[in-house]
Amino acid sequence: MRNSKVVTLEEAVKRSGLKDGMTISFHHHFRGGDKVVNLVVDKLAEMGFKNLKLAASSLSDVHKPLIEHIKNGVITGISTSGLRGELADAISHGLLNEPVIFRSHGGRGSAIADGELKIDVAFLGASACDELGNACGVPRSENAKSICGSLGYALPDARYAKHVVVITDDLVAYPNLPAGIRGADVESVVVVESVGDSSKISAGAIRDSKNPRDILLAKQAAKVVINSGYFQDGFSIQTGTGGASLAVVKYIREEMLNRGIKASFALGGITAHMVKLHEEGLIGRLIDVQSFDKVAAESIAKDPSHVEVSSVEYASGVHTGSATHALDIVILSALEVDTQFNVNVLVGSDGIIRGAIGGHQDTAADSALSIIVCPLLRGRIPCVVPKVTTLITPGKSVDVVVTEYGIAVNPARPEIAEKLKAAGLHLVDIKELAAKATAIIGTPDPLPFGDKVVGVVMNRDGSVLDKIYNVK
Amino acid sequence: MKNSIAGTLESGDIMVTIGPGEGLQVDLQSSVAAQFGRQIKAVIIQTLEGLGVKDAHVQAVDKGALDCTIRARVTAAAVRATGKDVWKD
Amino acid sequence: MMFVPGNNPGMMADAHIYGPDSIMLDLEDSVTMAEKDAARLLVHNALKSIDYGTTEMVVRINPLNTPYGKKDVEAVVKAGVDVIRMPKTETADEVRELEAEILKVETEIGRVGETKIMAAIESALGVVNAYAIATASKRMMGIALGAEDYSANLKTNRTPGGAELLLAREQIVVAARAAGIACFDTVYSNLDDMETFRKEVELIKTLGFDGKSIINPRQIEVVNSVFTPTEKEITKARAVVAAIKEAQAKGSGVISLNGKMVDRPVVLRAERTIALAVAAGVIDKEEVQ
Repeated sequence: MRNSKVVTLEEAVKRSGLKDGMTISFHHHFRGGDKVVNLVVDKLAEMGFKNLKLAASSLSDVHKPLIEHIKNGVITGISTSGLRGELADAISHGLLNEPVIFRSHGGRGSAIADGELKIDVAFLGASACDELGNACGVPRSENAKSICGSLGYALPDARYAKHVVVITDDLVAYPNLPAGIRGADVESVVVVESVGDSSKISAGAIRDSKNPRDILLAKQAAKVVINSGYFQDGFSIQTGTGGASLAVVKYIREEMLNRGIKASFALGGITAHMVKLHEEGLIGRLIDVQSFDKVAAESIAKDPSHVEVSSVEYASGVHTGSATHALDIVILSALEVDTQFNVNVLVGSDGIIRGAIGGHQDTAADSALSIIVCPLLRGRIPCVVPKVTTLITPGKSVDVVVTEYGIAVNPARPEIAEKLKAAGLHLVDIKELAAKATAIIGTPDPLPFGDKVVGVVMNRDGSVLDKIYNVK
Repeated sequence: MKNSIAGTLESGDIMVTIGPGEGLQVDLQSSVAAQFGRQIKAVIIQTLEGLGVKDAHVQAVDKGALDCTIRARVTAAAVRATGKDVWKD
Repeated sequence: MMFVPGNNPGMMADAHIYGPDSIMLDLEDSVTMAEKDAARLLVHNALKSIDYGTTEMVVRINPLNTPYGKKDVEAVVKAGVDVIRMPKTETADEVRELEAEILKVETEIGRVGETKIMAAIESALGVVNAYAIATASKRMMGIALGAEDYSANLKTNRTPGGAELLLAREQIVVAARAAGIACFDTVYSNLDDMETFRKEVELIKTLGFDGKSIINPRQIEVVNSVFTPTEKEITKARAVVAAIKEAQAKGSGVISLNGKMVDRPVVLRAERTIALAVAAGVIDKEEVQ
């Protein structure tokens, strides 16, 4: 084809003008199956680059080869929404000299759009791409090898990075349209054997949790939703992916059918549960920044009312047109909630980084009603505590906390407490929950933090919210 | 005293192995060692002292057990090791 | 009444959060012989330390004629258990033997008369002796059917319709009512068949049982929904209770509602409906006082 942008990875890197000290970016839509980050950084190391800053939308256990690249000075800075596994463990123990910058998905999108996070070269994996760079996360030919659905977190990178390289495992004939990543934004296209391991990109069939505690939590959360006053025809909703969050959808669905109520849209990471409700006519539109499973990814490929949005359109706090501003109800999980309703979803109670901010900050802040669902205890780990290990979502954004030992409503929302009480729900003071946890497990010893800052948590407006210290 | 074990490696449990030793030595492996290691060891030692065991080597693998579970498992291991039950026959 | 294996600390720690009326920690069938000693210690320590709130705590001990039974009694009475469930009860003498064991331990710790007994009837002989068992001790708070052993003893199998259990169930309800104590039905172990489970709960409620034994928190909702009185039943019961109060206020022995005299059975049924509604949390305790 004339004007084809297809080159080798090495050629694409040379063409990009990448230099030591510059910032490269990646998305995490291939989740635990991602091969793009390791493939590209291995190549950059081989080409002799040093001191690169890595700006990912999230990083997980599959990225542990980065540990070596950090030790060798290839990568000297990281910004991300989340960090898990051995890489997170090593960073918590002080592997990197520069602190990792943690941003929410909306926060990262705005930071890129507003030039606060400048990306020199974006390496963006795609399940299908044509020779001019029109790229998407859904299969477009019989040879397709991967499917991830929405490419929402990659879209700000594609639009604002100085140089964009698409990496695909299925080069298709022009025009690969519609496509989230537009050829006009793309400089090079690289074809590789595989961008990700399909079995780890997304779960296949979803299984309903049979864990009785998840079911109990989900039923309580559903009762909160149903009696909150926001459960009215045309409402909108977002849920997380934990066992309890998924099960909530099941119970809300039953009540929607009972009362003849329909939702106008569901937002965020879209799951098979949401697709099912949409296909039954119970949810008007699916606004999808990330397709959490295969069913969701297949739905976005074929259904025009299931739409892909960028992280800016999804959850930016500074761009007022973002979808979270129209969101009524969000159901979220937590590692810890404290008696001021502050939430931590990033740092484990052992001080080790083991999570992701994701859209937590964004959806809690903008939604009309935010509900945190978490057990009081995970084994001997308390989840309702006097003070969170790390502040991720400020308590003023959090309205209701649902635990197996009772439901706590933020005193700033007395009208919600009234409605829930009238519905016969068992409300408790959040301080009582923390005291209950202490009564059962005792008071934990303070964590062995050092004095080196290994992470900085950003608020969605670009201010610093908290610092994470190394663990000795 | 013979080597004895009580407890399992399931979540919420603790596996306690007791054998001969000099004084009370406790090796603890725990998923919550940073926050509760000190308290878990204290419970193990108190329980053994309460049973009149002065010399033993204890290895404990903890999976987030509550104090009451730790007491029960240590007692069970000690009873099995010494052959001296806490209940009447 | 929710069954929880006595050697599983994870399940014992939070069984009460699902809101069963009572929890039965099991030292018998769910514990292997090699673990009897460890489970006994676990149950003892859990009862002493875990705050189960208002949940009634029951422990199923091993039969007294095994090497474990007497130690079980000592361990759970010393931990302050509410109720001891004796398995495979066949005669009133066995109940009196248990009563003597309990009294011995209670006397030692100075807590005489606090421990109640529940007898599980799990054989043809037990069913025949149901009334004698039910009246063998003033500690006896209820009798329960154990259907697995019973149907094996009858030389038959359990079926979804439960025809093989009909006589035992009726006999146990009748014996309990005659003795003025409670009665509880057996477990249903197929967790994936909630429909058959619901039918069984409906059947035993009709037969007159006070409750159902369950093996998993997921079964609680079904039992509660079957046993919870309907709004219509509650409204009617409230009217009867109001009529009683009115009669008392007037100092009249005759209760009348809508111009008709209310019979004693109607009064009793109304009181039971209100008690069930309070237990199910549908109406507030204070409002009926």
